[in-house]
Amino acid sequence: MADEMKPAAPAGDGPRSGGDRPRSGGRPGGPGGPAREGGRKFFRRKKVCKFCVEKIENINYKDYRLLGQFVAESGKIVPRRLTGVCTPHQRRLSVAIKQARNIALLPFAGRIA
Amino acid sequence: MNRTYELMFIVRPDMTDEDLDKLISTLQSAVPASQGSVKSVEKMGKRRLAYTVRKFNDGIYVLLIVEGGGSAIHELERRLRVTEPVIKFLTVRTDEEQKRLDKIKALRDARKKVSAQPAASGEPTPAAEAAETPAATA
Repeated sequence: MADEMKPAAPAGDGPRSGGDRPRSGGRPGGPGGPAREGGRKFFRRKKVCKFCVEKIENINYKDYRLLGQFVAESGKIVPRRLTGVCTPHQRRLSVAIKQARNIALLPFAGRIA
Repeated sequence: MNRTYELMFIVRPDMTDEDLDKLISTLQSAVPASQGSVKSVEKMGKRRLAYTVRKFNDGIYVLLIVEGGGSAIHELERRLRVTEPVIKFLTVRTDEEQKRLDKIKALRDARKKVSAQPAASGEPTPAAEAAETPAATA
């Protein structure tokens, strides 16, 4: 996906050079959107829900490796705006993470020692 | 009242295999008394806990899948609570979630059959993109 974008980049930048207002609102280098190299603008790739893309419907508390991807180092559940998970899946995800915490598969705080 | 529950519990890590088997069989024997049945028992082995529980950092995980009403679960949980080596347990009701998953699966299978024929229409789009990129750079 990213490889396809690069050759098209100079062509895309040419006509739009007049409006090169840098988008300062975004955090550079968020999880889903690294800044395009050499570009003035931050191009954020559209984040997609991992569960929708891979068609994972069964979000289970036993699958702590999967859940671990959506837990920060501190043990917090990563918000949707950072991971791109859709609302229905985030809802199930958060329930599963809380269950996994209860049975000591995931930490409440801090990472697994 | 036929519900499915998953009962996961952790026993202390220094427990021997025979003791564990004995504990599981006593738990299983308590289920039929309250119109339930044990569907499967899975010993998931020893695992490091994510946090310290009763001064233990490891634990042996066991998963029971139980079918029956709430009374069976109530009895099982009571037993787990009074059993000394069990350090933590969690009960999750799974039948409704399973029903939902089955529904989605059936829906997907039905859709797959329909989309099997016009699969050829998906082909021209990558070719068109490939034709477009050289034109843009030139």
